[in-house]
Amino acid sequence: MDVEITLQVNGVDRRLVVDTRTTLLDALRERLGLTGAKKGCDHGQCGACTMLLDGRRVNSCLALAVAHQGADVVTIEGLTPARGLHPPAGVPRPRRLPVRLLHPRPDLLGPGDAGRGPSGLAQCGRRRAARGDGAPARDGAASDDAASDGVVLDDDEIRERMSGNLCRCGAYANIVPAIAEYATAEHARK
Amino acid sequence: MRPFRYERPDDPLAAVALLADDPTATFLGGGTNLVDLMKLGVARPDVVVDVARLTGRAVETLPEGGVRIGAAMPNSDLAADPVIRHRYPVLSQALLAGASGQLRNLATTAGNLLQRTRCVYFQDVTTPCNKREPGSGCSAVDGWTRHHAVLGASQHCVATHPSDMAVAMAALDAVVQVQGARGPRRIPVVELHRLPGDEPQRDTSLEHGDLITSVDLPDLPVTARSHYAKVRDRASYAFALVSVAAVLDVHDGIVGHVHIALGGVAHKPWRATIAEDMLRGGPATTDAFRAAAVAELTRARPLPDNAFKVPLARNVLVSVLGHLTSSAGAGR
Repeated sequence: MDVEITLQVNGVDRRLVVDTRTTLLDALRERLGLTGAKKGCDHGQCGACTMLLDGRRVNSCLALAVAHQGADVVTIEGLTPARGLHPPAGVPRPRRLPVRLLHPRPDLLGPGDAGRGPSGLAQCGRRRAARGDGAPARDGAASDDAASDGVVLDDDEIRERMSGNLCRCGAYANIVPAIAEYATAEHARK
Repeated sequence: MRPFRYERPDDPLAAVALLADDPTATFLGGGTNLVDLMKLGVARPDVVVDVARLTGRAVETLPEGGVRIGAAMPNSDLAADPVIRHRYPVLSQALLAGASGQLRNLATTAGNLLQRTRCVYFQDVTTPCNKREPGSGCSAVDGWTRHHAVLGASQHCVATHPSDMAVAMAALDAVVQVQGARGPRRIPVVELHRLPGDEPQRDTSLEHGDLITSVDLPDLPVTARSHYAKVRDRASYAFALVSVAAVLDVHDGIVGHVHIALGGVAHKPWRATIAEDMLRGGPATTDAFRAAAVAELTRARPLPDNAFKVPLARNVLVSVLGHLTSSAGAGR
């Protein structure tokens, strides 16, 4: 069943007719030619399809395009300015691109997101259980989705926030330091 | 995926009416489970009724005490809500222990409650499954059962409920507000999900067309503490092998209010009523916690691949209660 929808994609209003079954991912890749978001597992497990939907990262393979009429969508292509490189891709702070999807820019946050920032809760139960004392190591290891101050963005916290993205470079150790470096610079910039 | 008609009604009654007219119609929340099941051919609705904007997306404080959570509130917002974090930390912890940041941003409160089991046989339309196709048999009983139930299962179904959030809500005595074709009603979360019995196709006590509009959490004793612990096969982004949500209030070394729910062990969040009854009014000691955990798990009937869940559930339960008493400075 075809329906007409409007999306604001990377700042541009786009109107298109899609079958109701079309996911946001397929609409953008197949209809609008935005192939930066990838179709990995297509079941919400790998995170390769991650986009910012109204300022928040989502698995676009599980979002029906018709259900997001009028939404503001930013793909990886939308992070690049008209000229030059997106700041995280340039020197002197290299390899910071993943953090954009882990930690949306303040100007990409949606209404109600004010004050939302790094946070933490829900320390992994396995690590806690492994300690044998039932005590949480700290009130940490969460995601970008819980507002809280004073959470240390340490390696465990960064890894927890990355865990929605399974990628072949998951074993590439420098991603975690790169995110830490960028987050520190971002924090200093504010 | 089968073709379907998409509807976005303007009010909850219209949404309920749309389902009443069509037994194959279904509600759509965030879609993180339903859209996946539609791709797999497990869910085959003719009509998809989008309710993601029909109900509340916030937490409100109720005048008579407690809070009301909008059914469409995203899991990420609920986890981050200051009132929830302060007064019901077990719920915030459970939410953040589930799924990934991307999924929590889409998933709704009601959708989380109504998500289907991740039993691999249920999700594979080429294998028999009594939940998916009643009477076809259970492939899991003689299959791979690491993630399956050890409590309250039947010969027809050994699936587990996958939600972390629902386990915390069970321990909090949450009450689901439902709009049905015959009017509104209230269902305690502990009665929302069912044990499989001989009708494993029915996950919940809801009728077709019942729309969850909100979830109410009653006030806790002001001195009560709560905590969620989850054990899984990897450190993040995995379903629970065993989880424990507990609310505990201890005065002068004696247990007062105590609510415990187990996840990953049954077709529904498992309220540990045997353990609660043993603990209430008794000493808050490790020995008492251990005895209560042992008693609760005596009813366990593990399958070949999941016998480990029985001692694991006992140990995590003792560990969580120990954590709650130690940080409260009581029970020593």
